[in-house]
Amino acid sequence: MTPTAPPHHLPLAEPADRYRAMRLVRGFEEQALDLVREGVIAGGIHPYIGQEAVAVGVCAALRDGDLITSTHRGHGHVLAKGASPHRMLAELAGRVTGLNRGRGGSMHAADFSLGILGANGIVGAGAPIAAGAAWAEARAGRDTVVTAFFGDGALNQGVLLETFNLAAIWRLPVLFVCENNGYATTLPAAGAVAGGAVERARAFGIPAQTVDGMDCEAVLAAAAGAVERARAGDGPSFLECRTYRFEGHHTMERRLKLGYRTAEEVAGWRERDPLPRAAAALDPGEADRIDAGIGQLLADARTFALASPAPDISGACDYLYADGLRPRAGVTL
Amino acid sequence: MSKLSYTKALNRALGDALAADESVCVFGEDVGAGLAGPTLGLQARFGTDRVVDTPLSEQAFVSMAIGAALAGRRPVVELQIPSLLFLTFEQLANQAHKLSLMTGGQTSVPLTCLVPGSGSREGWAGQHSDHPYSLFAHVGIKTVVPATPSDAYGLLASAIRDDDPVIVFAPAAAMGVRQDVTWDLEPVPLGRARIARQGDDVTVVALGAPVHGALAVAEELAPEISVEVVDARTVHPFDWATLSRSLERTGRLVVIDDSNRACGFAAEVMATAAEEMRLTAPPRRVTRPDGAVLPFALELDRALQPDARQLTGAIRAVMK
Repeated sequence: MTPTAPPHHLPLAEPADRYRAMRLVRGFEEQALDLVREGVIAGGIHPYIGQEAVAVGVCAALRDGDLITSTHRGHGHVLAKGASPHRMLAELAGRVTGLNRGRGGSMHAADFSLGILGANGIVGAGAPIAAGAAWAEARAGRDTVVTAFFGDGALNQGVLLETFNLAAIWRLPVLFVCENNGYATTLPAAGAVAGGAVERARAFGIPAQTVDGMDCEAVLAAAAGAVERARAGDGPSFLECRTYRFEGHHTMERRLKLGYRTAEEVAGWRERDPLPRAAAALDPGEADRIDAGIGQLLADARTFALASPAPDISGACDYLYADGLRPRAGVTL
Repeated sequence: MSKLSYTKALNRALGDALAADESVCVFGEDVGAGLAGPTLGLQARFGTDRVVDTPLSEQAFVSMAIGAALAGRRPVVELQIPSLLFLTFEQLANQAHKLSLMTGGQTSVPLTCLVPGSGSREGWAGQHSDHPYSLFAHVGIKTVVPATPSDAYGLLASAIRDDDPVIVFAPAAAMGVRQDVTWDLEPVPLGRARIARQGDDVTVVALGAPVHGALAVAEELAPEISVEVVDARTVHPFDWATLSRSLERTGRLVVIDDSNRACGFAAEVMATAAEEMRLTAPPRRVTRPDGAVLPFALELDRALQPDARQLTGAIRAVMK
C-alpha cells in the first residue's frame, strides 16, 4: 500500500509561525541526519542546520504564487516555501511518494505546485534559471517575484555575475539571496571573495545590503523591502545573509574529521543560534508547545517515508522525456 | 517559381512559430539585427519582448531560457558559433536535459537551441568549426541536423513544438542550399529518416551537408553500384527502423559523418547495425580524424573533412 501524505500548510505570518517553521527545518534536518546514519538516506545530505532564519525569513516575505530556486543545501528553502515534510523526507529516502517520485533526492527536491523550481546540484546554477522565470512572469504581466538562494561559493561563479547584469538591465523581479555561511565547502569566504558580496551586486546597480542571517525577523524585514521593490517593477535586489552551518558541508564530512574550522568558531556561532533567539520573543511555554507539535509531525513524516515503497525499477527511465520517448536499453540480447 | 533558401526556411519556421504561439520567444546575440540570418526581420515583426537581444553572456541567457521554459514559455536560443555549445554544455546537458527526470516529471523544458553555421565555415579556424552533434546525442538530448531547406523548416518547427530540449544544427555547408518547394512547408517529425535516394547494393547514412555529397557520389557510381542514401535527419532519437529496412535489402553500410571519429555518430550507427541488423560485409565510416581541430589554412581545413573521394573509396571497400 502506498500511503498518502496528509495536507500540509505552513503559515509564516506571525513570529510564532516563523519559529515553528525554523523548528520544522531544524527537526527535519536532525531526523535526516539520523536516517543518513541508519542508511535509509543514500548518498548523504548537506545539512541546513544553523541557517534556518534565512530560508524562513525570506519565504515569510513571499506570496504563495512566488517562485524560488534553491541549492545543494536546499532542505530549508523547500520546507519554508511550504513543501510537505512527509513527501520531502520520502524523497530523501528515495521513495515513490517523494516530491520528485524518488528521482531527485536531496539535491534536486522540487515542488512546482508551490513555486519551488528545484534545488540544484551545481553551485550558482539556480540564479539564472530564477532570472529566466522572472523574465517570463514579468513579460506575461504577472507580479510574481522570484527568489534565487545561493551561497558565498556561488559569488565566484561567472554565470551568477552574468545574471546580475541581465537582471539589472532588464529590471527583473528577482531577489538574490546570498547565504554567506563563511565557507565554500572548506574554503573560507574571507580569502576567496575579492571586494565583498554586496559590492559585487552594487557594481551592477543592484541595491544590496548585508543582514544578520541568524535573526529571522531581520531577514524578513530586509527581504520584505526587496520583494516589494521587485513586485513594483523596480528590479532586482541583493541580500547577503551572514550565517553559519553548524554541521559540516556534507554528512560525509563527519567521518573525515576535517580541521578547517576551529571548535571555538563553531561554538561561537552556536551561541547565536536563531531558534532560541526567536523562542525568547514568544509567550512563555509557546516554544515548547510548538516543539512538541513539530516532533509529532516529523515522527509522522518518518513513518510515512519508511512505509512508502521504493519506485519500481521498470520505471527507471520514466520522465526522461516529456513525450514518453523510451531510450534504448543498455544491452540488446 | 522561387527557390527556398535554407536560411529563409529557418527564418520562416521561426516566424510561423512566433505567430502561432504566444509562448514562443527568441533569445540570442544579434537576433534583433538578424546577423546570422534565421532571425532577420523578426524583432520588427514581433517586438523586443519576443525576440530578445542578449548581451554576450551565453551561459546566463541559455539558463534564463530554461527558467522561462519552467515558467511556461517555449524559448528558442540562437547560438551563432557551434563552439558556444561547449560553453553552455552545463546548461544544456546538466540542467535543461535533466530537469524532467530529476523532478519526477513535474516539469519539462521545451527549449530549442538553434546553431546556424555549424561545422566548418571555411577559414574560421579552430574555435568556429566544430560539429559536436554526437555529444548531445550521447547525453540524450534530441538533436537534428537538417540537410535541405524544407527539412530545415520542418525540423525546426517540430523542435519548437517539442516539449523537450532540442538542438538544431544548421550546417554552414548546407545553408547555401536552395530548393524548389512546390508544396506547403510543414513540420517534419523528429526521429524519422528520409530515403534521399533508393538503391539496392549499399546503404549510405548521411546527415546534414554530406547528404548532398553522398547523392552526388551515388549518381556518379550509378552505372556500377546502386547506392541508397539515407538522410538520418535526426541524430537522437535515431530512426533505427528505417536503417534496418534498408540493410535488409543492401546488407552493406557506409556512414559519412562530418564530426570527429571516436565515439561519434558514425560509430554508433555502425555498432548498432553490427549488433542488431543484417550486414554481409564489414561496415565503413568516413569522418573527421580522431580529435580533429580544424586548422586555419583552407587546404588543411578541407583535408580533415570527409569528402567525396573518401566516400567513394569506402563504398567500393564494402562492395568487395
